[in-house]
Amino acid sequence: MTDMKQKTAAQDVPTTSAPQRTSRRRLAPILVVLAGAGLILILSYTLPPFRNYQLATVGAYLCVTAGLTLLTGLNGQLSLGHGALMATGAYTFALTQNKWLNLPLSFVLAIAVTTVAGAVIGLAAARLRGPYLAGLTLAVAIVVPSVTSTFDETFNSDQGLSVVLDPPPGTIPMERWQAWLCWAGALVTVLVLAMLVRGRFGRDLRAVRDDETAAKLAGINVARTQVLAFVVSAVCAGLSGALFALLAQSVSPGAFPLTLSLFLVMAIVIGGLGSLFGALWGAVLLVALPAFAQSIAEQAGSHRLEGNLALVVFGVVLIVVMLAAPGGLASIRFNFIRRFRR
Amino acid sequence: MSQFIYLTFDGLSRGAVYAAFALALVLIWRAARIVNFAQGAMAVAAVYAGYSVTSATGSYWLGFITALVAGLILGVVVERVVMRFVDHSSPLNGVVVALGLVLVIQGVLGIIYGNEFQPVETPFSRDAFEIQGIAVLSRYDLFVFAAVGAVVVLLTLLFTRTAVGLRMRAAAFAPDVSRLLGVSVGGMLTLGWALAAAVGSLAGMLVVPTELGLHPTAMDVVFISAFTAAVVGGLDSPIGAVTGGLVVGLLLSYVSGYVEPTVAPMAVLLLLVVVLLGKPGGLFSSSKARVA
Repeated sequence: MTDMKQKTAAQDVPTTSAPQRTSRRRLAPILVVLAGAGLILILSYTLPPFRNYQLATVGAYLCVTAGLTLLTGLNGQLSLGHGALMATGAYTFALTQNKWLNLPLSFVLAIAVTTVAGAVIGLAAARLRGPYLAGLTLAVAIVVPSVTSTFDETFNSDQGLSVVLDPPPGTIPMERWQAWLCWAGALVTVLVLAMLVRGRFGRDLRAVRDDETAAKLAGINVARTQVLAFVVSAVCAGLSGALFALLAQSVSPGAFPLTLSLFLVMAIVIGGLGSLFGALWGAVLLVALPAFAQSIAEQAGSHRLEGNLALVVFGVVLIVVMLAAPGGLASIRFNFIRRFRR
Repeated sequence: MSQFIYLTFDGLSRGAVYAAFALALVLIWRAARIVNFAQGAMAVAAVYAGYSVTSATGSYWLGFITALVAGLILGVVVERVVMRFVDHSSPLNGVVVALGLVLVIQGVLGIIYGNEFQPVETPFSRDAFEIQGIAVLSRYDLFVFAAVGAVVVLLTLLFTRTAVGLRMRAAAFAPDVSRLLGVSVGGMLTLGWALAAAVGSLAGMLVVPTELGLHPTAMDVVFISAFTAAVVGGLDSPIGAVTGGLVVGLLLSYVSGYVEPTVAPMAVLLLLVVVLLGKPGGLFSSSKARVA
């Protein structure tokens, strides 16, 4: 009884009116993204070329981690197949770019093809839960790279394809141009996702995640919401894959191993599930941690440590975070939401 | 026709390995309701241990036994140190932790042994016997059948005829009641993980020489095949796992033989999708709603 009274009392505290709050909620992402764009522009002029390249890589990762955050954090579907979706985007980008040499067209086609692939997987995924979904997407992540050796005239097997790029306009150095392109993609992705999440779609996503039966009773089409979430995150993965092809100026199955998909999951879990800022921290981690491990390996002078040390560090961090958070994934998520509402 | 016979036996031999691996997945699923996504990596680690002993002593069998023991120990360590503390409110937690284990194990193996494929010897010849000019089975295939058959028989005896097996089933089926009756539920869980990991490393020892060789990621594709096998059979059913393993092995063999070897993984993916969408409980499940 006292609880009830306290709650009503708490609600009576005068706050900003509802429409005002809504408009501010809608405006906030635009401001954040604009600020981000300014920051990137400054950074891209001040950083040396290699740092610029790393900055660009963070942007490319941010596309896919943001999409995965929406899928896993807000909709509760775990996908281990996003590395394969990135590969789809990257290969489409490479093929179209080598054929027509038209950057916008290549991006559009890469995203379109990945959307279709995502819709196919999403349709299957919407009927699956827990370990079954994880197993299916894991199979996708492992099997899809083998397609490149089946159709080796098109994909050139393990060697992969090199990507032809026009030189950047004017006298802009390549790394700065790549950083701009990657961050343009990343910021647009984040903006669109932030808008989607704040609207009705975001509410549907969370409702489905928390209780499917209740969501169904509230008139939400559960299957459609889940497929849509998967498609949206696949679009992000496709864009990210295309950006990676643009960054490396080549694509090969070795660039999209299973560990990439696992890294992505790790990034969003450690970054804090369900928050787009968490996706940013995750993307930064994906670039910073391997670079850090690499420098340690170089100091130790052991080439076996290269790459492998990053795996160990990622794995240990992932396990510790999961075991330390009481309730696992869910508590990581809710901690964030509580912080957000404050 | 001769090709069909050869492919059939080849498929059954591969299938036996997948059956053993799927059995390991089912053991853990029944005991802990976790699909152990780290099974493949754990098996590779055990095979590496066996490989080290074999190359140091020159004895295959010493390495074989080392791998099985290493599997047992690894199973105990993984359960006691990591999996025991996983929160079970969402099935995703166990999956994500297992994936973390995959990263750790593959990274550690890469640091110790390097990321090159190491060729592994087989204890028996892999040249097939010929019956009336048709290549049928090799000595190694017979060894695989014998090993997997022994595991299936021993596990069946363990679970149906011994007190420990009864305790294990009770601990999985009704943990609280079992605890009241004096069953060490945690101990049974550890035992289940240890057994499963040992069976998994046996499958690893059998399959690695027939593939490209030893590599930290050598079991990734095998894991997918075995997961498919376990799902085909229904994650709950040991008989289903064995049947599913044979089905997947035959499918892989026919597709490799009649179409192209590189298409085989896609055929497995297709089978997984079809079974998951058509009969998600597996072919051997009793028809009840699946919550996980």
